Amino acid sequence: MNYELIGITVLWVFLYGYLIVASIDFGAGFFAYYAKLTKQDHVVNKLISRYLSPVWEVTNVFFVFFFVGLVGFFPDAAYYFGQSLLVPGSIAIILIAIRGSFYAFENYGSKKSHLFMFLYGATGLFIPAALSTALTISEGGFIEETETGVHLLTGELLRSPYSWSVVFLAIVSVLYISAAFLSFYAKKAGDTAAFQFMRKLALFWSTPTIIASLTTFIAMSQHNSRHFENMLDLWWMFGISVAFFLGALWLIYSERRLGLAFIFVMFQFFFAFFGYGAGHLPYLLEPFITISDSVTNDTMGLALIIAFIAGLCLLVPSLILLMKMFLFDAEYVKGKK
Amino acid sequence: MFEADSVLLSRLLTSLTLMFHAIFATLGVGIPLMISIAELIGIRKKDSHYTLLAQRWARGYVILVAVGVVTGTAIGLQLSLLWPSFMQFAGNVISLPLFLETFAFFFEAIFLGAYLYTWDRFNKPIYHWLLSLPVVIGGGLSAFFITTVNAFMNTPDGFDLTNGEITSINPMEAMFNPATPTKVFHVLTSSYLTAAAILATIAALAILRKRGNAYHRKALKLTMVVTFIFAILTAVAGDLSAKHLAEHQPEKLAAAEWHFETEESADLVVFGTLDENNEVQNAIRIPNMLSFLAFGDFNAEVQGLEEINEGEQPPLIIHYFFDLMVSLGMYALGVSFLFLALWKLKRFNPFNKWVLWLVVLNGPFAMLAIEFGWLLAEVGRQPWIMRGFMTVAEAATTSPNVAWMLLLFIGLYVVLGFTVVRVLRKLFKDNPAELELEQKYPNVTKSGVDA
Repeated sequence: MNYELIGITVLWVFLYGYLIVASIDFGAGFFAYYAKLTKQDHVVNKLISRYLSPVWEVTNVFFVFFFVGLVGFFPDAAYYFGQSLLVPGSIAIILIAIRGSFYAFENYGSKKSHLFMFLYGATGLFIPAALSTALTISEGGFIEETETGVHLLTGELLRSPYSWSVVFLAIVSVLYISAAFLSFYAKKAGDTAAFQFMRKLALFWSTPTIIASLTTFIAMSQHNSRHFENMLDLWWMFGISVAFFLGALWLIYSERRLGLAFIFVMFQFFFAFFGYGAGHLPYLLEPFITISDSVTNDTMGLALIIAFIAGLCLLVPSLILLMKMFLFDAEYVKGKK
Repeated sequence: MFEADSVLLSRLLTSLTLMFHAIFATLGVGIPLMISIAELIGIRKKDSHYTLLAQRWARGYVILVAVGVVTGTAIGLQLSLLWPSFMQFAGNVISLPLFLETFAFFFEAIFLGAYLYTWDRFNKPIYHWLLSLPVVIGGGLSAFFITTVNAFMNTPDGFDLTNGEITSINPMEAMFNPATPTKVFHVLTSSYLTAAAILATIAALAILRKRGNAYHRKALKLTMVVTFIFAILTAVAGDLSAKHLAEHQPEKLAAAEWHFETEESADLVVFGTLDENNEVQNAIRIPNMLSFLAFGDFNAEVQGLEEINEGEQPPLIIHYFFDLMVSLGMYALGVSFLFLALWKLKRFNPFNKWVLWLVVLNGPFAMLAIEFGWLLAEVGRQPWIMRGFMTVAEAATTSPNVAWMLLLFIGLYVVLGFTVVRVLRKLFKDNPAELELEQKYPNVTKSGVDA
């Protein structure tokens, strides 16, 4: 396998990892605020903060890893994405900054604040919307290159049905993934009230998620037929994705095997995300960057892959340790430690 | 303001983010070491005062680290957003340390979560202490990797340039470029120094306010010992940095020293002003000292600014940054030495009101020194973004929207800055150490040892 394929696979895996862990985090913030508004915070907020407190920083690293890796493996991407994404990128940074720091202020500070909770909840929905812009513009048609440089065509972006369907999909899947995970976590904690609360939300958000997936598919066929054709060739990946969706839905509905249900949800997004990504190739940013012409030179490619393997040897055991301590330790989950 | 060009605005926005981030990054690297030391002493001496110290420092640290993480994410993304051409060009050579830095950050993040939530989870307290080591190491490694990137921008190495194309890349050589050793040494020692000095400020204030008890006295002694050790090491690192500059970036040293003509036995110029003919006025001159500082020889020849093309000379204002950084560093060394001397010579009282006030000032001073040091390092390599290869003007984004982003980020940092101070004050004011000690360790004697 050549460096560009290894590189893009590594990056895509990390982006997928971010999609899952960040969704749990973003959705949890929204649910926590929603529970507070509807005066049900006593039901779920303890559960949510018990999961989030030790891991929120790790979530953030997945994202940093992705964009640093992208620049590392594909330096040209820094130029085109950097030139065109200044405004949405800066807005995303500011939202992430507000969210991360106010989470810490709320949870480790001394006083619970309504404003902090609100900021935490609201940013959880705006961040996926801002970040999904990067994926949208990678489809082409939203930036132009002139003598003065690369520019984002903001008007085109705001008028495009495709960009709005991506935003919608991003938000509803965040809520769906998060609710599915928190149902599992609540069940594990033996917290029936919290489980029923989260289960209802998971079932509720499953419908818009599947509808948004379909509309995004249709909007894609209008916007970028090449990518759409490629995705049709990979129809089986999307078929598997839908099958996992139905499986997860059935398990959550019948209140059985919630751990397996969440794994199904992960597979649902895994297949859809990788089908989408594979169809995107060979372009990283259509029509300016393909993966082969923008890849870093061989020496750096090799160095990055060695660094990556060495890093994984350090990371995987540490992550397993963390999960054992906080995710799969029944006593901790129940709040006894 | 909105007519100003993207280059200037990009520079302003980047410096704003970096200067704000530097506060939290410095404490983020330094405080874990202090926490780890305090916890270990607590375990070894069975002294609950030190354990409580570690716990309380850790609690404040999480708040600071959160702001450090989000501003670090900001600068990481801003590099590509504001300097796309630079990242495209340099990305080929320096992605390795950037990539490794995120691994170090990952490692630190994982164990920080584990450390904070397992205080009472192990039968043997030493196991919990072990969890602090990856946090200390991860923080140090992050600083190391990211500093190598900055060192590369000062002394690019590890590649050849043929007809504008980068060839024969050596990632390790780029990472371990000539500026790396002195820069990393200086960054690490000054971070540990500053973190200890800030914690000493807090302890000294507590003693001044409440006449202090054993807990605060122990905190002050511990932090002053660490301040002193790292003040010495920082001074050594600073001296090595000056020698490095003399050899590899003479224009930065010459501008910092207002050294215009190449000459042997060069004088060191301390403070002063410049008149319209660039003649130095009102300065203290130390004969031959610059030659000694640069080459370890009082008679050595030091290159002057006249040998540098006019368009490639750094701004002369960096002289003040240099002098302020050095003076404040000397202050830290002096104050910590004074405190330790009074403490060891049993006849005197190191907790004297005047000494304590000097200690209180030392924390903010050390942080200012960090900012002046970075200003010197960064402004001192103008007009280059990559010395000798790419100017700042060639690297900046062409986007017309930088001014708006600058305003947005100013707003963000103002809000974050105020809130973080408020949250920290509340966190510790509502729950003073004495109260917590009584609640957590009711069987503790006055000296702190468990009864």
